[in-house]
Amino acid sequence: MIRVENVGKRYRIGQPQAAYSTLRESLVAAVRSPFKTLTRNNEPAEFVWAIEDVSFEVKPGEVVGLIGRNGAGKSTLLKMLSRITEPTKGRILLYGRVGSLLEVGTGFHAELTGRENIYLNGAILGMARNEIVRKFDEIVSFAEVEKFIDTPVKHYSSGMYLRLAFAVAAHLEPEILLVDEVLAVGDARFQRKCLDKMQDVGNQGHTILFVSHNMAAITRLCPRTILLDQGHVLSDGPSHQVASEYLSGGLGTTAAREWPDVSKAPGDEIVRLLAVRVRAENGEVHDVMDIRKPVAIEMEFVVLQGGHELTPNYHFFNEHGVYLFVTGDNDPAWFDRPRPGGRFVSTAWIPGNLLAEGTFIVGAAVTTRDPEIIHFFEREAVAFQVIDSMDGDSARGGYSGHIPGVVRPMLTWDTRYTSEQCETMVDVAPR
Amino acid sequence: MTRFITENTGAASAGGCNLLPPSVQPLVIVEPGKSLTALNLRELWTYRELLYFLTWRDVKVRYKQTLLGATWAILQPVFMMIVFSLFFGRLAGVESKGIPYALFALAGLVPWTFFANAVTNSGNSLVGSANLITKVYFPRALVPAAAVAAGLVDFVIAFLTLVVAMLYYKVGLTLNLLMLPVLVVLTTLFALAVGMWMSALNVKYRDVRFALPFVIQIWLFVSSVIVPSTALPHEWRWLLSLNPMSAIVESFRAALFGQPFPWQALGIATVITAVALVYSAYSFKRVEKTFADII
Repeated sequence: MIRVENVGKRYRIGQPQAAYSTLRESLVAAVRSPFKTLTRNNEPAEFVWAIEDVSFEVKPGEVVGLIGRNGAGKSTLLKMLSRITEPTKGRILLYGRVGSLLEVGTGFHAELTGRENIYLNGAILGMARNEIVRKFDEIVSFAEVEKFIDTPVKHYSSGMYLRLAFAVAAHLEPEILLVDEVLAVGDARFQRKCLDKMQDVGNQGHTILFVSHNMAAITRLCPRTILLDQGHVLSDGPSHQVASEYLSGGLGTTAAREWPDVSKAPGDEIVRLLAVRVRAENGEVHDVMDIRKPVAIEMEFVVLQGGHELTPNYHFFNEHGVYLFVTGDNDPAWFDRPRPGGRFVSTAWIPGNLLAEGTFIVGAAVTTRDPEIIHFFEREAVAFQVIDSMDGDSARGGYSGHIPGVVRPMLTWDTRYTSEQCETMVDVAPR
Repeated sequence: MTRFITENTGAASAGGCNLLPPSVQPLVIVEPGKSLTALNLRELWTYRELLYFLTWRDVKVRYKQTLLGATWAILQPVFMMIVFSLFFGRLAGVESKGIPYALFALAGLVPWTFFANAVTNSGNSLVGSANLITKVYFPRALVPAAAVAAGLVDFVIAFLTLVVAMLYYKVGLTLNLLMLPVLVVLTTLFALAVGMWMSALNVKYRDVRFALPFVIQIWLFVSSVIVPSTALPHEWRWLLSLNPMSAIVESFRAALFGQPFPWQALGIATVITAVALVYSAYSFKRVEKTFADII
């Protein structure tokens, strides 16, 4: 259990050592310093509160996500919880052994072998020696580095290095586990393995506080999420709600972009882009979408010079930059026909149960097909997130693990019971 | 591995409550420093395995990819001994209390080299472990302590040369040798006191990194390594006794060569070491929690 009471952390900005200009003064001050720290801390100076008045409680066995923009104070909070740095005010009560994982491979030494690093890293993370001995084989096989266990890690590929570091960390079993964005590295398959392992740990009644930018991982792992903004708790509740608040509050991706000044908008003398928006089924601009619901991508543009055939089109990428697909305006009213000057709004509907969960970046373009002209192509016009809930009626079917793939269509399955006979095909004579 | 979970989240946290009733005392309270509290010895004890691993890492890493490996622990004092014998023993004709000057110098250099390396490594240890300190919690005092402990390993190796030299010069063994362990402990504690203090200062003022080798070099000349304290005019000798290393080095020789111990100087050295250790521990403890913010 973790209890955080009105915790604040203040950092001094500017030059913290400006008061001492010479070595002599420094040494004199250093000799005297045991008796003057507190007074020095109270000097008025340029301060910034990285965390201010933060209170919350995490119950035993609870798995809680911690999200927020860069600089929101997540890492500072995690550092205070892991006792790396102390709060300026308030207090934190930790009931149980704390393991913190702020970085993968903390204390790894390049010159030491894999085996030696497992012991060293394990000890640094707080494992007892007999605990490491007990889990050693499990760690090695989890990391898939059996062959290289007696090779110095400096000869490891970066993938092997990360796997080994993860493996040690994943076998840490403290009552309270603090994890910072460590799953952002490594290949997808291994990431999944680590998430599964963490879920295991969570299911065993360990308390976990998990910082991530990966909303899919947060919503999948953590029933509850805390949203930090500028050092304050902005929101604390069920992960789906908080994640959607984070993303729609302009704190994450942008669901709408507008170019109020036509002269500076993307485009040429023929056509210019005015706005691109992501709308939910009910017409609201939103950047978190339920995987089951259709998503509308809307483009507003102005035709400055009539008489050209124009095709608005959208280009979809996922968060890994994979080019998913392109869709062009096929509305028969305007297909292959020259357009008059004026404003247009073109909307494309992506059906529900098509995209996988994750982040999608939408590029917006208007092109002429013949002769081929790209009037504008705004590559990262808008972005939105698709969340797959655990309700059971999406393609996920209530399965909680990672599902690979860039699309997740809901397909019609047909399974018939064809015979009561149990003999295998081998017994059937070939035709 | 595939697992299907069914709305278990609420149940899990409710069930978790039974594992650890809220009435349990918190294991750790993190709050703004209540300042001058002693080093948490109990905590240090629970982290003793980490001290072992950090020491082991320092020892292991030090001679990796070196051609001569641990031989360096021997070469350093031996070469110094050769140079000293030539310049001070032969040319300057330093009086060495009836012991061959080479042996006299080596007997001083072995404990001195341990002290010098321990203080240097320990003084730079915290800054060198910045990546550890900003990423994981453990009692920070373990870092300089491990650096000193790693020096002990080198000391043991270097001591073997001293054994060989004593056999060569046919120095007889006396009961004085029983004082050796005490002297080693005293040297270790004094090195820890200085090293720990330097390491903490180094975090804040990187000047330490440049000043330390220089200070150590000068220190060598006032530690009775080259010249016995008896070579000094009587009225100046008390100054040397303010330097615990001088008393330690002289006592070290007394233990090896069966000479009378400088009890008074050794007593002062012990007191100074104790005071230095307490001061060092306090000043270390005081800034310990801010290391991660300023390193």
